[in-house]
Amino acid sequence: MKTEYKIIVDLIEEKTRVLDVGCDDGTLMESLKKNKNVDARGIEISKDKVQTCVSKGLTVIEGNAELDLKQFPNDSFDYVVLGQTLQAFVNPEIVIKELLRVGKKAIITIPNFGHWKVRLNLLIKGTMPITESLPNDWYNTPNIHMCTIKDFVKFSKIINFKIFKSLALTNKNISNINNSNLFYKNLFAELGIFLIEK
Amino acid sequence: MNINENIKTLIIKKPLKLDCGKTINNFPLAYETYGSLNKNKDNAILVFHALTGDQFVTGINPVTKKDGWWSYAVGPNKSIDTNKYFIICANVIGGCMGSYGPSHNNPDTNKIYGTDFPVITINDMVNAQVNLLDHFEIKKLFSVVGGSMGGMQVLQFISNYPDKASTVVPIACTSSHSAQNIAFNELGRQAIASDHNWSDGKYLSNNTLPDKGLSVARMAAHITYLSKKGLQEKFGRKLQERDALKFGFDADFQIESYLRYQGSVFVDRFDANSYLYITRAMDYFDLVKQFDGNLSNAFKKTKAKFFVISFTSDWLYPTQENKDIVIALNAIGADVGFVEIKSDKGHDSFLLDVPDFLKTLKNFLDKSYSER
Repeated sequence: MKTEYKIIVDLIEEKTRVLDVGCDDGTLMESLKKNKNVDARGIEISKDKVQTCVSKGLTVIEGNAELDLKQFPNDSFDYVVLGQTLQAFVNPEIVIKELLRVGKKAIITIPNFGHWKVRLNLLIKGTMPITESLPNDWYNTPNIHMCTIKDFVKFSKIINFKIFKSLALTNKNISNINNSNLFYKNLFAELGIFLIEK
Repeated sequence: MNINENIKTLIIKKPLKLDCGKTINNFPLAYETYGSLNKNKDNAILVFHALTGDQFVTGINPVTKKDGWWSYAVGPNKSIDTNKYFIICANVIGGCMGSYGPSHNNPDTNKIYGTDFPVITINDMVNAQVNLLDHFEIKKLFSVVGGSMGGMQVLQFISNYPDKASTVVPIACTSSHSAQNIAFNELGRQAIASDHNWSDGKYLSNNTLPDKGLSVARMAAHITYLSKKGLQEKFGRKLQERDALKFGFDADFQIESYLRYQGSVFVDRFDANSYLYITRAMDYFDLVKQFDGNLSNAFKKTKAKFFVISFTSDWLYPTQENKDIVIALNAIGADVGFVEIKSDKGHDSFLLDVPDFLKTLKNFLDKSYSER
């Protein structure tokens, strides 16, 4: 399993209710059910992946987070997870607000656009960066709102949500992000993982 | 109707108060079963049929001698696996395959009911069928499954009997019949009523049959079960056994011939008055209104696991209407999965060989059964 998922599983308390937004093939949901005895639900936009989830016995609805989070009542989940898709939404602000309305807490992971390889790629080649975690060209990428770890921290102040825990993933190593190391983490982390609250 | 010895019938003694206010008792409910009930009696699935279906879900229908209406989905190792589950299906009341309906005798007058048969509803249908659980001494069904009008019965069943099923699978249906659906049903009813042979519903006493009207009703309805793309791909403008247009009103086009054929075979197996009664029951179906405008309340008492399925090309019961059910369930934190299956086969997709659908249905049932 991806290190990212292991970190998320660790962040989530046992026997809670979790909504995985963009749950892909259900790998994270399965692990949450198995390791944390979680009541897990998923939303996934791809029909094929929904069918894969169903074959694993997972409760998943086919849908789009921007449209389909509306149907869930306030605080209906203990955690809502959004893995590496915030940058693909038309309006990330509304999505974050919806996540925190539906869930008491949210876990958001973002591919860090501030990573040195990305910066170097743009600096030297002068074209939009293509890396392992960002494999698409500018014209066919689903990522329309890329951000850096620093941007996300700033965003928390702009739209007013609390970052409860922030972790950096660098070469499969996990470390805490704080104000004093933000510059370095923003340069070296491939992924930022944030546990947030209203 | 050629009712024969192949039809199993349960006589329901318990009086059933219908939505129309009348009460019926000692009435027959025709049913069929497939597979076998296990010791714990926890492997039973109640399948509900659609408008023109009957209790003969799979195998050869002993009355029509044709394949059962859900042969693709139900059978050994199929989506609804008869090796694993005990499948029960009943002919709806108002129907014409042995259950109490307009072609039966009215005990008060000793004449065939015709349109004197009480108007029935989806609610009445499921309240009649729940008696089958007592008959088989089943406390709780593993699942209730059905497409189209069968799906409406699924929703009504779990709303009426929240503890009587562990899983609930409404397919290609709606919680409230739309104006468009009512309009198409009315077209069918008017086609029947305008056939002189219908004789205000007394045709069985007069020994005439409104075949023309019923067949036109079927032709119109059949179009609504397919998609424009499906029709275009299958028929296009292909001509029927001729090289050129004949400049007349024969069936020049294959699609015309196909529809005429569909109409003509339908009248051999279906009763015109039953068609009126069942379409009426569908039109009256409004679970949202039954719960004062809040569909969620219909499902508040159940802990069942739901799985809703719709089809991309179904314009009769479109995805949005199926999704409304999902939304109502999510609003109360119910356990609900949902998928829209890609298919060009229109509303009929659930009856046809649509591998993604058949696979998904099987996966859901088998996984839920093993985790029960």
